[in-house]
Amino acid sequence: MHSFGYRANALLTFAVTILALMCAMASFSDNFNHPSPSSSVQVLNVNWFQKQPNGNDEVSLTLNISADLQSLFTWNTKQVFVFLAAEYETPKNSLNQISLWDGIIASKEHAKFWTHTSNKYRFIDQGSNLRGKEFNLTLHWHVMPKTGKMFADKLVMSGYRLPKEYR
Amino acid sequence: MEWIRESVDSIKSIQFRKTLSQAVNLGLILTSALIIWKGLICITGSESPVVVVLSESMEPGFQRGDILFLHMSKDPIRAGEIIVFNVDGHDIPIVHRVIKVHERQDTGEVYILTKGDNNDKDDRVLYAQGQHWLQRHHVMGRAVGFLPYVGWMTIIMTEKPVIKYIIIGALGLLVITSKD
Repeated sequence: MHSFGYRANALLTFAVTILALMCAMASFSDNFNHPSPSSSVQVLNVNWFQKQPNGNDEVSLTLNISADLQSLFTWNTKQVFVFLAAEYETPKNSLNQISLWDGIIASKEHAKFWTHTSNKYRFIDQGSNLRGKEFNLTLHWHVMPKTGKMFADKLVMSGYRLPKEYR
Repeated sequence: MEWIRESVDSIKSIQFRKTLSQAVNLGLILTSALIIWKGLICITGSESPVVVVLSESMEPGFQRGDILFLHMSKDPIRAGEIIVFNVDGHDIPIVHRVIKVHERQDTGEVYILTKGDNNDKDDRVLYAQGQHWLQRHHVMGRAVGFLPYVGWMTIIMTEKPVIKYIIIGALGLLVITSKD
């Protein structure tokens, strides 16, 4: 009853239980954080805008993105994945979401940033619907914890209307 | 002589009961593990509710050996979510992030493009020849929770099967020889 094996087993079980409990509590404590992030995006320029040979519209934009995501960070935050998506509706598709830019924020110090960039991923429509199309720019973020549940939220920002003609 | 035979019989029956109870115990352990696994499948709706991260394509978010909890619901898939998908012709599921979504107005069918956070290019090179989009039936689930390091045991056991047999043997021996 009091052999080495039993004691080792009891100790291990207890240690694992405590560890699991601590992980669960760390994850649960994230619920008490009520973040208030802010951000703004400007489309500075339409670099080019054309129809591909296969009939899909493609546009290249220059963007100015600034955001303050510091309040998302808690002691259980490993990183925040942030991306800017263009969202719009076309007659064929009820939703089109296209990621234009993304970034990984590893620490709170880097969570207040400003960047001037052209779109990192190609902005291609499924079809030819982009002329004169108005789309929403939405900043999404996914909080990756050190352990436990992942969080995600978004901030819908100003829209932008693409030009009526290719250029 | 009668009492000797009786006592031998009683000892024999004790031995028999003991083995039986050990067998039942072992069965209980195995079946409860199975119940937990199948229960998780029912709750999460995903055919493999827990996956181990095998590649470095999602670093620094997910490292090799981390485990992910998956959930498969009717909710539409949106950009930014981390999904686990199977590509036709590959049997190892891939854990990557959705970067583009197109959802059809009439059928509700979705067309998804994914990319690993640590990769430079999107996943079209990983998809089957001529495949440009993932669709609903490729998706096994979306990652909802995360636990670091726990999956290392699985990686070690799949890469060095000898260790797996040693552990299974040792555990089996322990169960058989243990006396309560």
